[in-house]
Amino acid sequence: MITLKINGQDHNVDVEPDMPLLWVLRDKLGMTGTKFGCGIAQCGACTVQINGVATRSCVTPAAAVVGAEIKTIEALTDSGNSVIQKAWIDHEVPQCGYCQPGMMMAADALLKDNPHPTDEDINAAITNICRCGTYPRVRKAIHAAANNT
Amino acid sequence: MSTELDLSRRSFLLTSSLIGSAFVLGFHLPANAANTPDTEINAWIVISADDTVTIRVAHSEMGQGSFTALTMLVAEELNADWSKVKAAFVDPRENITRKKIYGSMSTIASNAVRKSQEYLRNAGASAREMLLSAAAQKWKVPANECVATRGVITHTPSKRTLSYGAVAAAAAKLTPPEKVTLKDPVTWTIAGKPTKRLDIPDKVHAKPIYAIDVVLPDMLHAAIVQCPVFGGKLRSYDESSLRNHKGITKVVPLENAVAVIGESYWQAQRAAKALAITWDEGANADVSSAGIATFIDNGLAQAEAPSARNDGDTKGALAKAAKVVEATYRVPFLSHAPMETQNATLRFNPDGTVDVWAPTQNTEAVMSTVAKIAGIDPLKVTVHITYSGGGFGRRYGPFGTSDYLEQATKIAMAVDKPVKMIWSREEDIQHDYYRPVSAAKFTAGLDTAGNLVAWNTRISGHSLLSMGNPAAIKNNMDEGFLIAFTDNPYAVENLHLDYAMRNTPIPVGYWRSTHHSQNGYFRECFFDEIARAAGQDPYEYRRKYLAKAPKQLAVLDTVAKAIGWDTPAPKGIFRGIAQVDAYESFVATAVEISLNADGTPRVHRVISAIDCGTVVNPDSTRSQMEGSVVWALTAGLYDQITIKNGRVEQGNFDTYPMLRLADMPEVEIHLVPSGGFFGGVGEPGAAAVMPAVCNAMLAATGKPVRELPVIKHNAATA
Repeated sequence: MITLKINGQDHNVDVEPDMPLLWVLRDKLGMTGTKFGCGIAQCGACTVQINGVATRSCVTPAAAVVGAEIKTIEALTDSGNSVIQKAWIDHEVPQCGYCQPGMMMAADALLKDNPHPTDEDINAAITNICRCGTYPRVRKAIHAAANNT
Repeated sequence: MSTELDLSRRSFLLTSSLIGSAFVLGFHLPANAANTPDTEINAWIVISADDTVTIRVAHSEMGQGSFTALTMLVAEELNADWSKVKAAFVDPRENITRKKIYGSMSTIASNAVRKSQEYLRNAGASAREMLLSAAAQKWKVPANECVATRGVITHTPSKRTLSYGAVAAAAAKLTPPEKVTLKDPVTWTIAGKPTKRLDIPDKVHAKPIYAIDVVLPDMLHAAIVQCPVFGGKLRSYDESSLRNHKGITKVVPLENAVAVIGESYWQAQRAAKALAITWDEGANADVSSAGIATFIDNGLAQAEAPSARNDGDTKGALAKAAKVVEATYRVPFLSHAPMETQNATLRFNPDGTVDVWAPTQNTEAVMSTVAKIAGIDPLKVTVHITYSGGGFGRRYGPFGTSDYLEQATKIAMAVDKPVKMIWSREEDIQHDYYRPVSAAKFTAGLDTAGNLVAWNTRISGHSLLSMGNPAAIKNNMDEGFLIAFTDNPYAVENLHLDYAMRNTPIPVGYWRSTHHSQNGYFRECFFDEIARAAGQDPYEYRRKYLAKAPKQLAVLDTVAKAIGWDTPAPKGIFRGIAQVDAYESFVATAVEISLNADGTPRVHRVISAIDCGTVVNPDSTRSQMEGSVVWALTAGLYDQITIKNGRVEQGNFDTYPMLRLADMPEVEIHLVPSGGFFGGVGEPGAAAVMPAVCNAMLAATGKPVRELPVIKHNAATA
């Protein structure tokens, strides 16, 4: 049994220590906002924040984040319409939408670190894959969110 | 409050905003709008006493926005109050019990708006007339004294009003009008106006709206390993290889795969990778890309092939030509790689019914596939309709593309609990229905003045019709494979086109923009080679041969003007241009690139214009055009599926890379609808992008890019 602090709440989970955080969230806690896309830290659909840092949960063992502050997309939603989510809605960013929770978690972490990122900062920080091709709108929405914080 | 899902036709609605609740509650759905009675005016429209209008959508939503666009078209003719409109997916069982009243539910070939706009608008107009008649009868006044605006009917002389909800029950009892007149789109107030997509809030709030998100009590998880060689079978496996694995419940053998069932997907997947399996690799174990390339090239070289066009005397004109231009172009297999990998969850219930959740482009195919495999009546299959995390043609349904559903059904039949099966990314990329491999061999003739007098095209490649409907193939011809050449818009007097069908052992399928993805590239790049041989500007040379193709010309002119074709490009920047019409829309793209030190292009700007006739939702049309740019650049710059020992060599995004934000050019979209028709918008935008990029590379280097992906071209010419 390990204890994970997710979105400010402690969760006791009976899992193998090397089970990736992604699957603890999805299959053990029913928190399905965090998505599976590749399993090898390539696509970023599984992005969560560990102590504020955007992290690919598909390769993050549960045991490695015991004691850490884990933040998932559900925290953004539960906070009401977060600045990021409002910008995402205003700019109609999603198409299929599947990669967007990870995209938003990466964007949220970027803005916490760097409230007014340049295009180059965005290029460096947002490495998530979107197969539908929402990148131009992701960029616009991040700039809009930066101007609203 | 919630109520048991009632399968009667009045309440089979699953509204978008309720999907999340549906998951949480299993198959319980919240009651519709506080128990207000609902009235079905016709198959597409339900009006509640509280004036809520529910519009049914038969097509799937996989990101292309038609869930909203189709709803807008009905609401427009209905004169509904958009703020009171909801959209709801049609239960595919209704299309059986109501004798195909919903038409085709397949969502493919940019067809959702294009193929259903007329009957949907008719449904809206018909309902509007019935509501007006019902109000007129209630007031005992002539119907032509009444008008309907934003869900309210007004008797103009007396200024009395009635809402749609108040007359819906009476309207439903009336006979629908025999004929309705559809509005001129210039008078539209809902359709044609930028409208927020209905699916976006749930997507931004990460609601459980995808099949992969379903959570059911006692649910188990399945991972799968399929025979890596196409056409191979399972011979045996050694379950003892899993003896140290925790959380594993069962191993289920399938004809060409093994499924491992566990308490979590991760445990099941880890065990599936560790399972010792022996395959009967079958006849294709020595298939390789090199062998396929030779096979395709033989198609180019064979003396005769069935022709699809033979205008004038191409052979004679080529013999007399002052200059002959020759080139051979090639493209590889490509994978769809939707972000939500193939998956399906099934629950077999004690009463003989089945619940299923699966990403799809065709909910009818989900129902019929599960019913066929399980040997039950399709009416016993409840398809819980979800948004699909991409589709791009992979989840079309017919000719094998329901493979993941067939597997999940068989797995669930072998397990006494609900099972969610998920394909790993590797399984998804290695077991696809690929964009076919293809090649084109061109010969063009110019006269002494540089006029294009003859154009001969030989196409060799793997026919999609051979997968979809082989019985329709006559004389080894698949004309669909030749699109963009059969309807080549350039006016050339002597034009010959033929096709050498070369079907490989690799499964092929529809892939966003399908045949236009290769034929647009072949045609438009070779056209630049012709213009260059003629010593003429590629844009002006196109204009000359499009003089009688005004729609193609208009989009071409739009992008040329927008990129400043008549002014010199900045130092180190090179421009390219191309135009391709597809799915009844007309598209042109102009780009600006520079060259990296290794010769690969850096794409700075992409400007695309589309004439789709009539724009239904401008912003989502733009987003489809933007997405099409990414789709085309990803494939054209980086991607290929190659085969070695009968296996796909790529497996994940490390070997099948995707364009990312840092490499994203500036994109500018021009909507230039000319009216009078409804063209597709999901796919046409992809076709002209890579030829424009490759033409810019030709302008930069003088060397044509005759093979995709560009990285392969660069490796070959380095």
